[in-house]
Amino acid sequence: MPNETTVASIIINDYDRVLAEWLKVQTAEGVKRTDLVSGKESEQQSRELLSAMAKAMPKEATDDDLDLAEAGWEPVRDALEDIAENRTQRGVSTTEMGWFIGALKQPLFKMLQSELGEKPRVLMREIWNATRLIDQISLHAIETLVSKREAIIERQRAEMTEVAAPVVKIWDSIVTVPLIGTLDSFRAQTVMENLLDAIVQWEAEVAIIDITGVSTVDTMVAQHLLKTASAVRLMGAECVICGISPKIAQTVVNLGVELPNIVTRVDLESGLAYAFDRLGVQVGRGSAGA
Amino acid sequence: MLDAANPIPMMTINGCIIVAIRDDLDDQEIVSLQDRLVEEVAKRNAHGVVIDISSLEIVDTFAGRMLAAMAQMARVMNARTIVVGMRPAVAMTLVELGMTLDGVETALNADRAINAIVSDRSNKL
Repeated sequence: MPNETTVASIIINDYDRVLAEWLKVQTAEGVKRTDLVSGKESEQQSRELLSAMAKAMPKEATDDDLDLAEAGWEPVRDALEDIAENRTQRGVSTTEMGWFIGALKQPLFKMLQSELGEKPRVLMREIWNATRLIDQISLHAIETLVSKREAIIERQRAEMTEVAAPVVKIWDSIVTVPLIGTLDSFRAQTVMENLLDAIVQWEAEVAIIDITGVSTVDTMVAQHLLKTASAVRLMGAECVICGISPKIAQTVVNLGVELPNIVTRVDLESGLAYAFDRLGVQVGRGSAGA
Repeated sequence: MLDAANPIPMMTINGCIIVAIRDDLDDQEIVSLQDRLVEEVAKRNAHGVVIDISSLEIVDTFAGRMLAAMAQMARVMNARTIVVGMRPAVAMTLVELGMTLDGVETALNADRAINAIVSDRSNKL
């Protein structure tokens, strides 16, 4: 049946008409987000995807054996990758991405019907094939879009944990780590690792944890702080927790959280004063300041 | 393998016993180390014990308990015991296991531990 009209033959032979119809439907369905993706870009992307399909179709099955993972579909996958990359950056939603591809169904069905209107059985089969093809492509597109977004989230999270727990040496044998934001298990672990490594690196005797910037202190956060303090002590250093504001003090007591054997101070200043006292460091105004 | 002919070296300097634990100790050897340590404390009339665990990459609950026990035994024999050189990874593991070794004194390295013991001693005398 090489001469019979199929989805593939329509896309390959009537390429320009399919494209024109597709773009028309995109506009009609309102999936052309001209605020995010310009009409020209959208047209360009549609053209690339359709030509990639036309390239792949003679080589690969478009019937029930259709499998987008086959090598022949690579240009289509690459085109989807590029489109997803571009649209992720513009903030296009998954629904819009799905509709963008799904809009291809209408022109295909229309053309199949006009060609195969007299052969209902063949028409049904081809419509089924077209549906499968478009659905698979649009699912793959959504999948790609989501994975691109997840990659962005993962990267941002890694960057955040990196910058969020800087351990600094503020005096001989004193290190400090200012905590900002929320303290979940993952970040608490990172903070602990960084702090313990810093203690070894700088031979610190006192480690100051400043929680002024921590938004909420609940039982979980207290647990993490307790663990960190215990680990610091096992390393042979002493842990001071600073930034216990009146509000935090109230919450901690009302929650029934106990911080046994841990030195706590109101602010970094008094924490540092405690550390100086422990190490026998004397700080005073020199003659220049008098 | 450690055996009777090749025990963990234990030296006494200025009344302070210094032991560096190696990484490949099994439970049996930890027990025999404990025996030798308390013997040594009694024999030398030591007033300080420094246990260096910087080469230990793994400390399990048994080893942790034995460390705590050794520290306690030495203390009742009037020797101040300090565990030094714990690695960050070991400290984190012990804390996760809930073993905070509360009765054990710690220091960052042997140098600081010996200084603490010596200055403590000279204050008392």
